[in-house]
Amino acid sequence: MSYQEKRNLVNLISAVLITTVYSVLMSQRYPQSDPYSREVFQFWGAFFLILIPVSIIARIVIYIIFHILNYIATREEDAPITDERDDLIELRAGRFSRYVFWIGVMLAMGSLVMELSPATMFIILICTGVVSEIVSEVSQIYFYRRGF
Amino acid sequence: MAKLLISNNIRRLRFNHGEITQQQLADRVEVSRQTIIAIEKGNYAPSLELAFRLALVFEVSLEAVFFVEKSTP
Repeated sequence: MSYQEKRNLVNLISAVLITTVYSVLMSQRYPQSDPYSREVFQFWGAFFLILIPVSIIARIVIYIIFHILNYIATREEDAPITDERDDLIELRAGRFSRYVFWIGVMLAMGSLVMELSPATMFIILICTGVVSEIVSEVSQIYFYRRGF
Repeated sequence: MAKLLISNNIRRLRFNHGEITQQQLADRVEVSRQTIIAIEKGNYAPSLELAFRLALVFEVSLEAVFFVEKSTP
């Protein structure tokens, strides 16, 4: 398995892990009040705002650990350079990821039209974020394996 | 439009140039070894710039490195 594939696999696992752990921890703080109350919307606002720095920090830590483990396993100090093929693969995977994300956004908006609770809409948005990232990373692994 | 199947002589050219490794060639043209492997296997068609860089390393014309094997309808 190449360095790029390993990196994509780590990104995939960390995306799922970080969001799952964070969601489980935050769900314990979910306000037990009217689903349309100010507290509920404040909760979701804080959920997304805190997720961003938490995700960035966790990813940096995971990436450092991955780099150390990869060095121990392969004795390669530096990560391979990123070249035109990497950029093309990332662009194509990003396109698939965006399609999935927009489908998710449409579903989230559809949930509001169907008069489901705002919590459902926010949960769909969170799942969409994770699924689009999974699609991006899996697509990249696929392109690295199949060729591009 | 018919799709061109582009093949290459990189493996043979590496052999003729003192059996330079894929890693050495990758370093010379500033790409990763994975990219050289993908080009050699015909899994990746490089940009024109990279194709010229490869030709310059081997000191041959572009046609001596890459050629059209066949076109598929």
